Amino acid sequence: MKIKEIAEKIEGKVITGEDRLDEVVEKGFAADLLSDVLALTEESSCLITGITGPQVIRVAEVLNIPLIIIARGKQPSKALVESARAAGIPVILTNKTVFETCGILYSNGMKPCKIKIFHGVADESSSFVD
Amino acid sequence: MWEEKFRLVYRVKPMDLASAGSASSQIKVELQRNGIEEDVVRKVGIICFEAEMNMILYSTGGKLKVEVWPDRIEILAEDDGPGIEDLQKAMEPGYSTAPPWAQDYGFGAGMGFPNMKQNSDVFDVETKPGEGTRIHSVVYRSKDNETP
Repeated sequence: MKIKEIAEKIEGKVITGEDRLDEVVEKGFAADLLSDVLALTEESSCLITGITGPQVIRVAEVLNIPLIIIARGKQPSKALVESARAAGIPVILTNKTVFETCGILYSNGMKPCKIKIFHGVADESSSFVD
Repeated sequence: MWEEKFRLVYRVKPMDLASAGSASSQIKVELQRNGIEEDVVRKVGIICFEAEMNMILYSTGGKLKVEVWPDRIEILAEDDGPGIEDLQKAMEPGYSTAPPWAQDYGFGAGMGFPNMKQNSDVFDVETKPGEGTRIHSVVYRSKDNETP
């Protein structure tokens, strides 16, 4: 799906990277934990998130994330917008939730990105056994 | 013949979340500009980002150094303290001692060390509580060049 089609489907507003609207984004990943984005994603894919700080753009630069979608009506910080503009990374704002955004994109053919699975124990009280 | 090509050195300030990741993204740009392979750049970027975040969240400040060699990239992250109490636990996915304010920014999921290790070909950590931590990581540039 082209970035401009993504924006239309989720009734979003493109606020940066307007010159990249014809680029195609095929995969997506959703998280509010940048640690997880850094650790788990194995390929470049768009990020659907509620994070509004400039750190998200630095992560995007390091991981070649082609598009950031900020969901649930959250307003990005000025620093995020400035960083995104400087890095030339498109950012779309939408009032839809992360859940709905992902649902719309998935039903329009966007695929999940490949992830790494780390086997470990989250904490000692964890009783989940595989 | 096997000389170091160039090195990049950045100072990382403690608690400086506003510029978190800026050293790593600059490193990435420099490596790309110098024609380093894309997959290597991605790995080095991730390792640097995690090391940079660790210094911001936990240390009293430190230095992030990247050396470019013909066959490999060496990453050295050194800080002045306070060191890691339980390194074995810190290496476990999901174990974190991050303060709540870090988690508000989406960091502190306890994936830092596992992620650095996963992306490194060589990874070692020296730490001493009350002193400092030194992370050394190597990413080989191509399997053919790998030094035995």
